[in-house]
Amino acid sequence: MSKTQNTTSALTAPSAEAPEGFLTVRDLRCHFPTDDGLVKSVDGLNFSLEKGKTLGIVGESGSGKSVTSLSIMGLHRMGTKRGAPRISGEVWLDGEELIGADPDRVRQLRGQKMAMIFQDPLTAMHPYYSVGQQIIEGYRAHHPGASKKEARTRAIEMLDRVGIPQPDKRVDGYPHEFSGGMRQRAMIAMALVNDPSLLIADEPTTALDVTVQAQILDLIRDLQKEFGSAVIIITHDLGVVAELADDILVMYGGKCIEKGPAATLFESPEHPYTWGLLGSMPRLDRELQERLIPVKGTPPSLINVPSGCAFHPRCPYADLTGGRSTSEVPVLAEASPKHHAACHIPAADRHRIFTDEIAPRL
Amino acid sequence: MLVYFTRRLINVVAMLLVVSAVTFGIFFMVPKLTGSDPALLYVGKIADKVAIEGIRHKMGLDKSIIEQYFLFLKGLFVGRDYSTGVDVTHCSAPCFGYSFKTEQEVWPLLLDRLGVTASLAAGAAVLWLVFGTATGVVSALKRRTLLDRFTMTTALAGVSLPIYFTGMISIAIFVHQLGWFPNNYVALTTDPVAWFQNLALPWITLAFLYAATYARLTRATLLEVLGEDYIRTARAKGLGERTVIGKHAMRSTLTPILTVFGMDLGGLIGGAVLTETTYNFRGLGYEAVAAISSSDLPVIMGVTMFAGFFIILANLLVDVLYAVVDPRVRLA
Repeated sequence: MSKTQNTTSALTAPSAEAPEGFLTVRDLRCHFPTDDGLVKSVDGLNFSLEKGKTLGIVGESGSGKSVTSLSIMGLHRMGTKRGAPRISGEVWLDGEELIGADPDRVRQLRGQKMAMIFQDPLTAMHPYYSVGQQIIEGYRAHHPGASKKEARTRAIEMLDRVGIPQPDKRVDGYPHEFSGGMRQRAMIAMALVNDPSLLIADEPTTALDVTVQAQILDLIRDLQKEFGSAVIIITHDLGVVAELADDILVMYGGKCIEKGPAATLFESPEHPYTWGLLGSMPRLDRELQERLIPVKGTPPSLINVPSGCAFHPRCPYADLTGGRSTSEVPVLAEASPKHHAACHIPAADRHRIFTDEIAPRL
Repeated sequence: MLVYFTRRLINVVAMLLVVSAVTFGIFFMVPKLTGSDPALLYVGKIADKVAIEGIRHKMGLDKSIIEQYFLFLKGLFVGRDYSTGVDVTHCSAPCFGYSFKTEQEVWPLLLDRLGVTASLAAGAAVLWLVFGTATGVVSALKRRTLLDRFTMTTALAGVSLPIYFTGMISIAIFVHQLGWFPNNYVALTTDPVAWFQNLALPWITLAFLYAATYARLTRATLLEVLGEDYIRTARAKGLGERTVIGKHAMRSTLTPILTVFGMDLGGLIGGAVLTETTYNFRGLGYEAVAAISSSDLPVIMGVTMFAGFFIILANLLVDVLYAVVDPRVRLA
């Protein structure tokens, strides 16, 4: 534990100085005490994001993607059934630090300056309240002076904006009366009702069928252009971020293992895990498609994280590291400008493997 | 909504018919099958053949079972006369039967007893609903604290201790030792203050039993609801905890409680047998016990149908409230 802390914090030493960027996350850690031990869901995460840009956070189930977003939103303060998590690090939003801030201040920012779209709009909306009521409530929470009528007009306007037909009628409908895609649109309307400058979309299309997925992604892109907000898209689907993201951050075992501009990351990925993710992604733009290649093995336990590089038990090239993969936690190192990867395999070997073995199969 | 309501009403009528048929069947057909004679039960111990035949004819027991059932149904709506031609006993609508043991109509007797039981049930219901759910909510919000453990242990005791135990102890202490409460039922219309004083102790005792169940149910449900995605959404919108819990979480928590409450209240009005017996209140439950021990068939049947009626009514009420609370139900 102390070792990981040292290595990651050496990269960016935490300081109380307000950073330049719009959203800056420094050494974010979110640990859950459980009966079985400490679950290190997020363990030392750093990134920053500017307004008008989109960051894609990618990783498999349990890699810490969702926990990251909930930590930023301050939604983990309330604790879970298992007990309150331990959160440390810094989250700077527009010059304001959130992790150490007064919970009530974070509540005020929530839904107003930063909003979130959830994975399954059916369970994420209250079944007993109409869609309109739920949007109106969000608007009035941050516009105490607004009358019910004004809020309702605003709700209808938002439903119209996200492409729901007959918004003046649908505003009184209940979530169960909406189709999956329409429900996710309504969810987006609810999140955007206060013009947030940071929008976090946690697997926004996972519960939807493919045709609707594309529509929702288009909608998010259009809305971002219109409002100029910063967007974080969390997904396990590289196809989603390929369409939307400017930057990509790949998470594994609660840590960032590779990050960089989307184009660079798709063109020359550095980390074997990223290769695995790319290999397991169906491509429709290729004529010849061999079988998809799964990443072998299972995601690591977040209680007993594998020593050294958390990916080493699944890494087919671990023996190229000269034993360092099991003894030393790799740090993010610059592979090309703005492109970082945390891997012990010597850069020359990595490039050779990628060009010879991986690239032809992708 | 209207369609839903109409369908529920039709359902209720059908259920009432079934209840009456089954009850009637049990009380008038089963004795025949087992060889005991309903007429004999009506007459009492000293019975000569002529008297039995007379009563059999008067009660219509010599007719076929189907015919008897329709006479019974008809009596419910227009009343009926038990007649041998000379000797006529009138039973006005709604005629639930006539007790030849106590020589009175069953319906007025039931109505009279209902006042006692309804007073008992309603007061206790208010108490247990308020205290039970409130305790449950506090317990859920302060889970794993000393307060939570204490209330849940008390609740466990409440569920486990039968009313004839807590009732007896409370009478011994508060009525006999301390003399805080009188213990004789006085009707609300006669003297509201005395009504309240006399009922306070049974209310508390009865409410303790039920509140315990409700506290546990509320706690479990609220904890489950708090883990729901839509609660996270409510928080993500920046709503205050008071709104999140008081509005979003409570609305979902109250739904299962409503269901149980309807059943409990209906069942209780049908006869709080143990409570009434413990406190010596002459309500429906008490009457049922008395009627059973003296084999007063029409009264037993009357109480049974009455109880069935209230349970069905309470269920109807719950169904309607359900539709108000949960928009998804209105479609069904």
